[in-house]
Amino acid sequence: METLQKLKYERPVIKQLNAGVTTKFGAQTGFIPHTHIDGLAVKDLTARFGSPLFVISERTIRQTYQEAYNAFANRYPNVQFAWSYKTNYMNAVCRVFHQEGSWAEVVSRFEYEKALGNGVPGDKIIFNGPDKTADDHRVAVLNNSPIHIDHFDELYGLMEVSTKLGKRPKVAIRVNMDTGVQPMWDRFGFNYENGQAWDAITKIIQTDKMDLVGLHCHVGTFMLATSAYAVAASKMADLALNIKRQFGLDIQYLDMGGGFASKNTLKGAYLSGTDITPSFHDYAEQICTTLIKAGFRSEELPLLILETGRALIDDAGYLLGTVLANKRLSDGRRATIMDFGVNLLFTSFWYEHAVSPAQDCSQYAEDAILYGPLCMNIDVVRENVKLPPLNKGDQMVVHRVGAYNMTQWMQFISLRPNIVLIDLDGQPHLIRKHETVEDLTQLESTPAHLESFDL
Amino acid sequence: MFFMKLKKSVAISENGFVFNASRGDSFSTNPTGTRILDWLREGKTDTEMKTLLLEKYEIDEATCEKDLYDFIKMLNQQNLIEA
Repeated sequence: METLQKLKYERPVIKQLNAGVTTKFGAQTGFIPHTHIDGLAVKDLTARFGSPLFVISERTIRQTYQEAYNAFANRYPNVQFAWSYKTNYMNAVCRVFHQEGSWAEVVSRFEYEKALGNGVPGDKIIFNGPDKTADDHRVAVLNNSPIHIDHFDELYGLMEVSTKLGKRPKVAIRVNMDTGVQPMWDRFGFNYENGQAWDAITKIIQTDKMDLVGLHCHVGTFMLATSAYAVAASKMADLALNIKRQFGLDIQYLDMGGGFASKNTLKGAYLSGTDITPSFHDYAEQICTTLIKAGFRSEELPLLILETGRALIDDAGYLLGTVLANKRLSDGRRATIMDFGVNLLFTSFWYEHAVSPAQDCSQYAEDAILYGPLCMNIDVVRENVKLPPLNKGDQMVVHRVGAYNMTQWMQFISLRPNIVLIDLDGQPHLIRKHETVEDLTQLESTPAHLESFDL
Repeated sequence: MFFMKLKKSVAISENGFVFNASRGDSFSTNPTGTRILDWLREGKTDTEMKTLLLEKYEIDEATCEKDLYDFIKMLNQQNLIEA
């Protein structure tokens, strides 16, 4: 007897065709399912480690780092990267960067302790940020860490600590400046244009209690205008050369900070991030060329330190999730509810993250809104996205989530999930376990009078 | 069981282009959608359509029912059927 083969099912969809204003993008032609990450099937990863799941590709981290390092090292003789812990301080991630040669760049005692715990020598931990207590200073001075001074209160506080310890700390000042980009970042450090930076430098040198070894700036975040770095490099070089002229002191390093954009698409951007994000070569060309032409003698070119975080790690991170439900909103738009939301994907507040189905899908798309699972109105992952018909249980991959999500994620309503790192041989390693209720409640204590109640 | 009728003004092409001549609206639908529209044209009820879908496709009953309900709601919202 002949058996009738059933057809593969696809959810029925109908979409109104609107003849709107044409754009250069044309029509979207379809979806490319993202079924594997570094050779491992998404469905196998979620079956083994659960959903939602953060996945980090060690291969991508190393490739991206080497691309960035080479872009600078091919243009400048003396380059050092320092891994920005706040961008992603999973120990496994930090250690990949340290294996590649990165120092650590931290902005709190917590991050400082993490870097020490990872085995980074104290003199290779750059201590940035406005939040350093006297005890933080004491520890950093004893470890010989470069301390980047943010304000005069810190400068005076550090002088006091170093006097008590009888040690000369290695310091730099953070400099803020007008680089032609708005808004100008002037909340951190000492201003270049109004002379405050020079005053701080003079104070440090004349009081002779600290060794001024570097100058630091960080001109912004997600900087799409590379020209700002040329302006910044020129002003930093000007300060360093003036210090040499006036005090005969060689500045050992210029730390140009970070702020390089990743290929994510910012909300409201007309063009996609993959089309407009400058390459590492673009940033390197601006910074290195400016420094080389600035007037240093070639043997006195200071070490160039870079603290870029986002651009080095964003591409390596994926968030895998599962469709919990589909529903229709009052205007007929489709809403798809995922098992991850803004609690895990903090960056969805400012990016239009690329999302792909993790299984074969129809080429028919519907306008949809992608919600997270939280019982909160703000939990929107994508406000307007074209998606193929997805069924409950289907899986999705969110791209470029490596930066800031695993540090800014919130234990809000639901617990944080597993993080897996896929090594160079394609082996998955659990690098952070999902949280349990006990993990959180062990930090709480209940006063005796609240221990019992009758309902 | 519900009877729904596709509006007379609605034309459906084999490749899923749908045109409602009375309003000038055009739509695109996928093969499953095209098939359901054809069945509606033939005057099938929701129960009959569900049975047909279950016979022809690899689909469980709950998903079939949810998706059919959703699709009919969308057709209604787009003024393509009269209940």
